[in-house]
Amino acid sequence: MGEAIVITSGKGGVGKTTTTANLGTALALLEKKVCLIDTDIGLRNLDVVMGLENRIIYDIVDVVKKRCKLNQALIKDKRFECLYLLPAAQTSDKSEVTPEGMEEIISELKQDYDYILIDCPAGIEQGYKNAVAGADKAIVVTTPEKSSVRDADRIIGLLEQEDVDPPHLIVNRIRNHMVKNGDMLDVDEIVQILSVELLGIVADDDEVIKASNHGEPVAFQPNTRASIAYRNIARRILGESVPLLSLEDEKGMFSRVKKFFGMKS
Amino acid sequence: MKFIFWGEPIVIGNKQLITIKGTRDGLTLYIDDSCSFDEVLQELEQVLSTKYTDKNDPLITVTVQLGNRYLHKNQEEELKEIIRKKNKLVVQSIESNVITKEQALKWKEESDIKVINKIVRSGQVFEVKGDLLLIGDVNPGGKIMASGNIFVLGSLRGVAHAGFYGNRESVIVASYMQPSQLRIADMISRSPDYESDGVYMECGLIDEEKSKIVIDRLQVLSQKRPDLNGFERRILNG
Ligand SMILES: Nc1ncnc2c1ncn2[C@@H]1O[C@H](COP(=O)(O)OP(=O)(O)OP(=O)(O)O)[C@@H](O)[C@H]1O
Ligand SMILES: [Mg+2]
Repeated sequence: MGEAIVITSGKGGVGKTTTTANLGTALALLEKKVCLIDTDIGLRNLDVVMGLENRIIYDIVDVVKKRCKLNQALIKDKRFECLYLLPAAQTSDKSEVTPEGMEEIISELKQDYDYILIDCPAGIEQGYKNAVAGADKAIVVTTPEKSSVRDADRIIGLLEQEDVDPPHLIVNRIRNHMVKNGDMLDVDEIVQILSVELLGIVADDDEVIKASNHGEPVAFQPNTRASIAYRNIARRILGESVPLLSLEDEKGMFSRVKKFFGMKS
Repeated sequence: MKFIFWGEPIVIGNKQLITIKGTRDGLTLYIDDSCSFDEVLQELEQVLSTKYTDKNDPLITVTVQLGNRYLHKNQEEELKEIIRKKNKLVVQSIESNVITKEQALKWKEESDIKVINKIVRSGQVFEVKGDLLLIGDVNPGGKIMASGNIFVLGSLRGVAHAGFYGNRESVIVASYMQPSQLRIADMISRSPDYESDGVYMECGLIDEEKSKIVIDRLQVLSQKRPDLNGFERRILNG
């Protein structure tokens, strides 16, 4: 039985899709069987970031509406045998997907996959509700900006009412020089306010944007700052305790990174 | 000024239903609690007319002690009406040893301290009757409200509203105080527009002289709000 993890943020544009694509890639590199689901109906992106846009035939709405079988809609990744994508619909009406429909799809996928990563749309409306419906765990992505942290807090409050484990946090787009000058919230402050467990931090890295544009997630590259960060996060998801690298953060936040799975310390 | 003392009880018939005592602060009417309400009214008319005073006397305040009698609102009004007719008398309060269950529950609710263990996050509002002891934080964008005092064992970074039914004596205490707004009764104060650090172990309360909410070390509370101490406060507030 696999596990479904929703990747959410409240605020738009903080890196949910990028995180989903890269964690999927990093988990596949670790030989896990992974399925990504794009739930951002009408604004699908995940297929583009994964470079799979040209392969789409059916989408999630077709599956919910039983116009095709789940297997027919899944797209196999270019690079990995064990990585699949269920794309969002681009044209259909958002209300065609329901929480019940999602739960059904996810419980079916859990039979075959180790991890199901759900890319959540921005906001707290229907799309969000669909995305969290079938999830067992949640990852909240925030950037080191007040408004983004505020929305992450809001989402964490909403997730507390759902049937998911306490969420874990990824702080994305950290710029060390700005943090040092006090122009950016530091990770400590963010974790203190949100009081959730930190799963990892990802530097702001041009390579991320370049890679996304080429339809090849950065996690695939051997040693950029961001790719190392994503691969470390993937290992933490598997339950390893991987210290935060100095590349990720200079402060040595080791003690705060707990295992995502298993023991609570 | 002339003092009048009603030492002797007034006896009508063979049983006395109303006893009047005078003190420097006014009159107290003790009303027998086993007779019927009609009898009380009747006797009150007579007693007050027999004991009427001089036109030049100052206004006298009257406290009515009902003992173990419960009066409805309209009965209280009738009683007041009779006393008010004697034009030097004003009813200050009507006191009784008994209250309805409903009032008792409300009283209990409003004097209780509710202990809540959670983080009040952005967009969440948490409201209680009585005092609130929050073990946890109020994050920016979160809000807590209490009809009594608020004590936060944690960081207060959002909005706190104490005494929301209008109790200006209410206080807000936090281990770490960096609120975006403090509200007490109908007063509001907000954080400054420049970036500022929070303060540890402080309290917010209304300074009646300055007529605004001030933040101070929590040690000042023992002087400024001595009533915060324990149980007596709750009885008194009832
Ligand atoms: N660590 C990073 N370094 C640099 N750029 C990044 C990083 N993470 C994300 N970005 C860029 O930020 C932009 C928004 O990212 P992304 O699309 O993943 O956000 P999102 O949260 O999914 O947005 P939406 O709410 O619209 O779905 C993209 O252009 C992406 O390339
Ligand atoms: Mg997205």
